[in-house]
Amino acid sequence: MVAHAEIRVVHLSGSKINFREPVITNDSRFLLCASGESVKVYSSSSEECVHDLQGHTDLVSGIVRNPSNHLQVYSCSADGTVRLWDFTDGILIKTFIIGYPIYSIYVSENHGGVVFVVVPMANDKSSELFQLVAVHLPLSGDQEVEARELSAVLCDVSPSGAASFGRKGEYIAAVKGLQLEVFFFKKQKSHRFFLKSGNKKGAKNAFTCVSCHPKEDCIATGHEDGKIRLWRNFNQKKEYTYSTLHWHHGAVNTLQFTPEGTNLLSGGIESVLVQWHYTQENQKDFLPRLGGAITHIAVSPDGSLFCTSHSDNKITIIQSCVKVSAIIQGLVKGEGVRTDLTIDPRSKALVLNGKPGHLQFYSLHRDKLLYNLDIVQQEYIHEEGLDQFEVVKAAFDTRGDWLATVEERTQKGSELEINLKLWVYDEQTQSFMLNTTVIAPHEDQITAMCFSPSPETTMLVTISFDGHFKAWLLADHSDTKEGASWSCDFVGGYHHLKPGCCCFSADGSLLAVGFQEVVTVWSPSWELLTTLSQPPGAIRDLCFGRLSCSKYLLGTSTKNQLCCWNLLTCSLEWSTPVDVSLLQADPLSENMAAFCSQSGCSDLFVFKPGEPRPLYSQKALCTGKVQRAVFAPRDQMLESCEEHAQWLNRSQLYFFTQHMDLMTFSTKTEEDRLLASSKRLMVDDSVAVTPFYLLLGKHRQHQEALTNPMAERIQLPQGSIAIKELLYTPAHVLPSASFLCSMFVRSLLISSSSASEEKEPVEEEMESEEEDSEGEAELRDARQDLGGSAAWGPGEELGAPALTKAQERELRRVKHFDHSWLSSVLEC
Amino acid sequence: MASFKSTKIPIYPKLGEKVTPDTLYWKNYKAPVQIKEFGAVTSIDFSSLAPHNYAVTASTRIHIYGPFSTEPVKTFTRFKDTAYSGKFRSDGQLLVAGCEDSMVRLFDVSGKVALRVFKGHTKGVHVTDFTSDCYHILTGSDDYTCRLWDIPNSTELTSYKEHTDYIRCGITSKLNRDIFITGSYDHTLRMFDARVEKSVMTMDHSQPVESVLLYPSEGLLVSAGGRYVKVWDLLKGGQPLVSLKNHHKTVTCLSLSSNGQRLLSASLDRHVKIYNTTNYKVVHNFDYAASILSLALAPDDESIVVGMTNGVLSIKHRKSPEEKREMAGKQRMQPVYRIFVKGRNYVPKKDDFLVSKPVKSHLAKYDKQLKKFNISKALDTALESWRRNRKPEITVAVMKELDRRGTLKNALAGRDEQNLSQLLNFLIGNVVDPRFTPVLVTATEMILDIYQAVVGQSSVVDRQLVRLQELVEREVDYQQDLLEVLGMLDTLFAASLPRKEYTVPIVILSILPKCALVHQRW
Repeated sequence: MVAHAEIRVVHLSGSKINFREPVITNDSRFLLCASGESVKVYSSSSEECVHDLQGHTDLVSGIVRNPSNHLQVYSCSADGTVRLWDFTDGILIKTFIIGYPIYSIYVSENHGGVVFVVVPMANDKSSELFQLVAVHLPLSGDQEVEARELSAVLCDVSPSGAASFGRKGEYIAAVKGLQLEVFFFKKQKSHRFFLKSGNKKGAKNAFTCVSCHPKEDCIATGHEDGKIRLWRNFNQKKEYTYSTLHWHHGAVNTLQFTPEGTNLLSGGIESVLVQWHYTQENQKDFLPRLGGAITHIAVSPDGSLFCTSHSDNKITIIQSCVKVSAIIQGLVKGEGVRTDLTIDPRSKALVLNGKPGHLQFYSLHRDKLLYNLDIVQQEYIHEEGLDQFEVVKAAFDTRGDWLATVEERTQKGSELEINLKLWVYDEQTQSFMLNTTVIAPHEDQITAMCFSPSPETTMLVTISFDGHFKAWLLADHSDTKEGASWSCDFVGGYHHLKPGCCCFSADGSLLAVGFQEVVTVWSPSWELLTTLSQPPGAIRDLCFGRLSCSKYLLGTSTKNQLCCWNLLTCSLEWSTPVDVSLLQADPLSENMAAFCSQSGCSDLFVFKPGEPRPLYSQKALCTGKVQRAVFAPRDQMLESCEEHAQWLNRSQLYFFTQHMDLMTFSTKTEEDRLLASSKRLMVDDSVAVTPFYLLLGKHRQHQEALTNPMAERIQLPQGSIAIKELLYTPAHVLPSASFLCSMFVRSLLISSSSASEEKEPVEEEMESEEEDSEGEAELRDARQDLGGSAAWGPGEELGAPALTKAQERELRRVKHFDHSWLSSVLEC
Repeated sequence: MASFKSTKIPIYPKLGEKVTPDTLYWKNYKAPVQIKEFGAVTSIDFSSLAPHNYAVTASTRIHIYGPFSTEPVKTFTRFKDTAYSGKFRSDGQLLVAGCEDSMVRLFDVSGKVALRVFKGHTKGVHVTDFTSDCYHILTGSDDYTCRLWDIPNSTELTSYKEHTDYIRCGITSKLNRDIFITGSYDHTLRMFDARVEKSVMTMDHSQPVESVLLYPSEGLLVSAGGRYVKVWDLLKGGQPLVSLKNHHKTVTCLSLSSNGQRLLSASLDRHVKIYNTTNYKVVHNFDYAASILSLALAPDDESIVVGMTNGVLSIKHRKSPEEKREMAGKQRMQPVYRIFVKGRNYVPKKDDFLVSKPVKSHLAKYDKQLKKFNISKALDTALESWRRNRKPEITVAVMKELDRRGTLKNALAGRDEQNLSQLLNFLIGNVVDPRFTPVLVTATEMILDIYQAVVGQSSVVDRQLVRLQELVEREVDYQQDLLEVLGMLDTLFAASLPRKEYTVPIVILSILPKCALVHQRW
């Protein structure tokens, strides 16, 4: 295992950004949201991720603005800490250790130095009861402070988002189940209001959310049955009143008053943002069809921007309730990836089903959702309990010209509806256009489909539980008006058995279809060439070998068998008893990856069919079964020389774990490269990136570089390269000039001391390697102490106290690169 | 904020014939002009001279029509009995016609009285034609003889008595003045050469021959008789080439299109079929009101003239290119929603500040109602009579959309007698259409569920329910028959295929279980 230490399994981002309510900053320029174990800062105008605030070691469970400083936010996490951040620079200011897992956080302007957090009632994590406690944050200059001064405010609250501060922070209202509890801070007393459980049909009175009016004594509560109640006069226990608003037909997921209290915003599963006018409650404005169900609403402090989080991992930014100005879309991960993971041959994007009825194209290199392709092309009705069309299969042909999708809808008590759609890539619009729709291509579910890789014919094979496989051919009707369309060419079957999987050989000359225990091999003219069978167990996966191993056909069966047949002799070459849950072939090499599930864990074996020993194996990759996996070709080949890492040179292996986390394998060489590129990823967020800026900004950078007398005068070799770097890097990815300048000067400072190092390039290399591993370590845990930096020159030490960690890291990277260039120059 | 996605109306593959260049060409004729003649129109012949008048032989008259006139420009009435086979000479100056009274008359096209009368036949003369040198006339008669006559001397040159039954068709070669071919009811075709005493070639059609036709190259001969059209290769000594059996009654007339690429045959079964002369496949088909006796095409296919047994002459003229363009222009002139949007063609001036406004997409009425969740109204809109009758796919698509939203039952409920009978009418009309069955069966079940309680209160609805039941029963029987046939076919395939795999003919039977389901409910 030690030998494999360089290959690490890393999380690919794409985590949920809709977990908790996002926060808009005071100047409305940034939007902060919890994303897994980090807090992401997005620019609200350009939708670009500006900072990734890393530091928490568990799920971030809440973000709030610091009421006393509008440039700071608090974040809380299940790791039991509250952290204070400066989001403009992305710096961690303070860490308060609470000691209990925190589920949400509330603050009020009128309670300075106090944050209110929701922690489990009993001290063990498994507790189902939660309490709201006030934490007095100690004033201390230290980075890490223990905050032990807790005082309980409310007991038995719901863990997320169901509490709100009232006018001037005088009271806090919290809801849970059928109870609304209001705690008055002055009187230190709480009032409780109960609703009947509502046995009448349709009336589910349970509270879902609460929001307090900022200027008046009014509490708005949302309910399961879609009603909104406005509570008034609640400082008496008996004579309280409430009025009811009803528009939502599903549960009200979230409520929010605007800062002036003139409007009340509500959202639910209907995906309609409803704006109620506070004084005239029968007047309301709607903003329909925003996407998935609305889970949270946030309003900027000046009331100009709203943002809504949606269940499909999306945040929509809305300008004054009329216009959607920006959409931040994360990777949509539903309950399962029904379409397999595929790679679009053109954009090299990962393709999987995303929003209902859509395919999402996710760029793995840029970690960004490229676009959604609407497959079903039907109005999505946001209602619970409806059977909707779902995209269940997707396949690309080898050149990426054609995309085939299967959508299906199962309805209680009626037949399965299946549509097969074929999409052609349109060069002009740069997207896929619908070419042919086949209604009911099969009588039962389509289990697999694949395009023929042969360049002569454009053929698709679909196999279905109805016992048939069908070949679809592109027929050109150039004599009539309609263009080329697809039609069925052949229907085949084998002894009424249900086919489970199919695979084309790399040249398209053979088609293998697995009919339960039997593998049938067909020629392009639809002759049954041979049958292979290795009972017991039905065939689960089939894969042809590629390149030099193309004479092998691999199959996995449900009864723990991995078989390899030689197609020249039509006999079994070898078989091993492993429970392979997933078999994937690398399209660019002979390698195959097999995920085996063993005692609750997944193992990975990478092997070549013709070789007896696996190239690479890793035990206990993750818990549970690996759901889906795919080999994605790299845009640049890696030159890794270690034998066990070579299989990652051409393509990268991505997989989904049981908990729908997208993971991948990363090697050292790759991480080096990533470090290098991440330096350039800093985006100046203060200026929106417009074409104009791109042009003029670049021009200005040029000018700066030219007019900089230092750069002109100093003829040091690394200095000139640094200038080159500065000139050749696109201006829009460069950091701000002020930031660059200080670094630039610093790099020059160090270069004078590096004269001694020049003599020993070998030693220098070693140092840089050491630095690399440090860099990695830092990525994993930024809280690590700075011992490593002591090895560095005094020039840096001088400026160190004032620098933030991020800057330090940045500097070190710059330094490292200067050295490597220097050494390369020296070698020449 | 995404825009509303309108209901998808599936485009179903068009049933019936495919659109080919042939159908486009032969459909490009105007509505027929019909002229009533005095009796059955037995012969039509076009003049090869410029205005291309044509002679129509019917009863005891021959009318000559101009290309676009509905009134005859000239009439020959000097016949004692039924006239037959009025034919123009190739220069268009003379016209010859046979008659039931066994005399053959030759007319000047400009005159009225016969120039020559050829006497010699003993029975009615059904066939007349000019030879290619314009000086002789060929006649064929019911007295089993065919004769050649000299025009200047009005004398009989030769007589051939080889046929053993009526001679009802004949044609002269356009390339050789001595060669002609006759067809007779004795089932034979004979080719004669005037320079020899006997027929030079005999072909057995095995049906009474009604019509013969020579290709322009005169290498191939086409004959029609009985239900058959046969093609003979004259250069191979009269070897049969193809036998076509596309009509279900006697074929009476043959014609070639002007470029010689298409062969037309007319029959008593009221059809005109057009064949491709390279592969002899039927490429197009015309229907007429009565049995057809004669058919002729104007040069360049400018018009198709058909004579029928009921004395109606039907003339179809080709649409001129201008008219075609006019039609297209008319279609373009149809009001488009966009042109109502004001100021669309306004060109902004130089200093104008342009404020772009998103183009509002036009939604159909039912879509607007669906957008507002007005489900019953949307269904009403979809059930409007013109939409229901002309575009049932829209109605069905809206029903499907409602079903997808889970609100079809609500939309179907609460209808009065008139509405319900409308709905049932639609179901009766479309429930067995395989394209719509899956959706409509669900709707039918829902209607039965909803209106179970009120069955028996309205006679109209009850009658329709009974009709629907009968329809479904019939359909179930039909599907059962189909399944039986499929089973038989499977057996045949299994017996004929030596290998293990099998192919299944693609027959859509998916609607069967549905129908059976409905059936159980009755």
